[in-house]
Amino acid sequence: MTGLTRRRFLIGSTLGVSALALSGCDRLEQNPEVGGVIRSAEKLTMRAQRLLLGRDALAREFAETDISPAFRVNGTSAPDSEAYAQLAEGNFAHWRLKIDGLVDRPLELSLADLKKLPARTQITRHDCVEGWSAIAKWTGVPLGSLLAASGLKPTARFAVFHCADELEKTLDGSGQYYESIDLIDAFHPQTILAYRMNDQDLSVGHGAPLRLRVERQLGYKQAKYIMRIAIVDSFAALWGGNGGFWEDRGYEWYAGI
Amino acid sequence: MNQETPPLRSTPPQSAPRGTTVFIRRHSVVTRLSHWLNVLCLSFLLMSGLQIFNAYPQLHWGQYGMDSDPAFLTVGAGESHGAPHGFVRIGSVSVPTTGVLGLSKVEGEWAPQAFPTWLTFPSYQDLAAGRNWHFFFAWVFVINGLIYLGYGVLSGHFHRDLAVKRHEIAPRHFWREIVDHARLRFPAGEDARHYNVLQKLAYIGVFAGLLPLMILTGLTLSPGIDAAFPVLLDLFGGRQSARSLHFITASLLVVFVIVHVAMVILSGPWNNLRSMVTGRYAIRKKESDA
Repeated sequence: MTGLTRRRFLIGSTLGVSALALSGCDRLEQNPEVGGVIRSAEKLTMRAQRLLLGRDALAREFAETDISPAFRVNGTSAPDSEAYAQLAEGNFAHWRLKIDGLVDRPLELSLADLKKLPARTQITRHDCVEGWSAIAKWTGVPLGSLLAASGLKPTARFAVFHCADELEKTLDGSGQYYESIDLIDAFHPQTILAYRMNDQDLSVGHGAPLRLRVERQLGYKQAKYIMRIAIVDSFAALWGGNGGFWEDRGYEWYAGI
Repeated sequence: MNQETPPLRSTPPQSAPRGTTVFIRRHSVVTRLSHWLNVLCLSFLLMSGLQIFNAYPQLHWGQYGMDSDPAFLTVGAGESHGAPHGFVRIGSVSVPTTGVLGLSKVEGEWAPQAFPTWLTFPSYQDLAAGRNWHFFFAWVFVINGLIYLGYGVLSGHFHRDLAVKRHEIAPRHFWREIVDHARLRFPAGEDARHYNVLQKLAYIGVFAGLLPLMILTGLTLSPGIDAAFPVLLDLFGGRQSARSLHFITASLLVVFVIVHVAMVILSGPWNNLRSMVTGRYAIRKKESDA
């Protein structure tokens, strides 16, 4: 009998402690100091990955036969601004990519200009932060070559991508999509501004006319509908100050895992 | 690390009278600390992992996989005869799981979610938070495991306490232990000083098998690590295969924990708990041992 009551007590107390722990857990996550400690792991992850990756380790490139039949359109499926609609209607003939900020020669390039530049084609895997993956073929201009042409100032540290889509409707415009990467990723050979996907012009769903491919990071870094690339030394003054739309909503800036 | 009292050797020098209880030092302080740190890490890793799984509750094999691609496991919600229901589909077999998996109540309302709020961390849906906690505890878990590995090798703990002896895997002995376990007859007296062979194999299987598999399949989910070590993709057959194996291995760890806790309870919960907290483990001396 004592064994039975003891067991009951054990099971009962275990359940009690678990229930207590469960209700306390959410409060733990909402505590800013605890959150700060938990989030510090991102820096460790980034340092460790940079150490292992070096500057130029390439993401795996696949064969044509590996291209996946489906590729989910995620985030914005079509920016709903009047300005974007007009650009799309004109087949993006009037669209211009601006590169400015901490550069010696700000650039303004049309889609035709970009297509004349040396291009890179790669078949790579796209990993969404949610967990799914799709493989597609991308063609575009290496970002590094454009940045080199614009001449970076010595204080340049990040490339910020300003996009045409507003993923969340807000009064102050903070729902506008933007992303940022540092210069190591910006000059990585597989980091391209893609205008073609699977041998066709980039569709509106996948970010027409131009999207970023930064192959060693997750899907939300692959900014779509790029309008402007600003070279900065800090993104602290931009919207939430965390360097991207999803970063301002709690996701890691370094999305290598 | 070994200058204190080594584990699994008796500390009390006094001679034990017949039929009485003696205490031995069973677990070293490193083993005890790493054990409880593991409990903490694995609890958070499991619950934050289920939070992450909920963001995309399907499993695939291969390099890619999403939505309409063939999935071997789906946890979802649908409607039948106008009523919402939850299900788990494995291959072509669908099992109704309303209330727990696929569809469960959140503050009294039915909500489609693969794992229910009481199994995920945070309880509410928050992928960003789930990821942050998962990776924080993944680091703690890996560092803890490396310290234990170093200690286990250098102190002789692995060799002394976990290495399987030749006579233990002799079919006769092995069968004997299986039968004893099935009858819930656990080693007593002098035999209780050492791990039995099934225990050893279970611990070795977890520490040298499941846990490294967990870490490697987890790392394969990282596009960064895949660029550094593309061999991982070949080893596991692609990122989506690695994600599935990560889930399956986690499930096996849950099975291990259930069996482990059951064994702890069946073979003397207080004595086992005491030995993992203070290190002291009681052995009832049989008259024949004296």
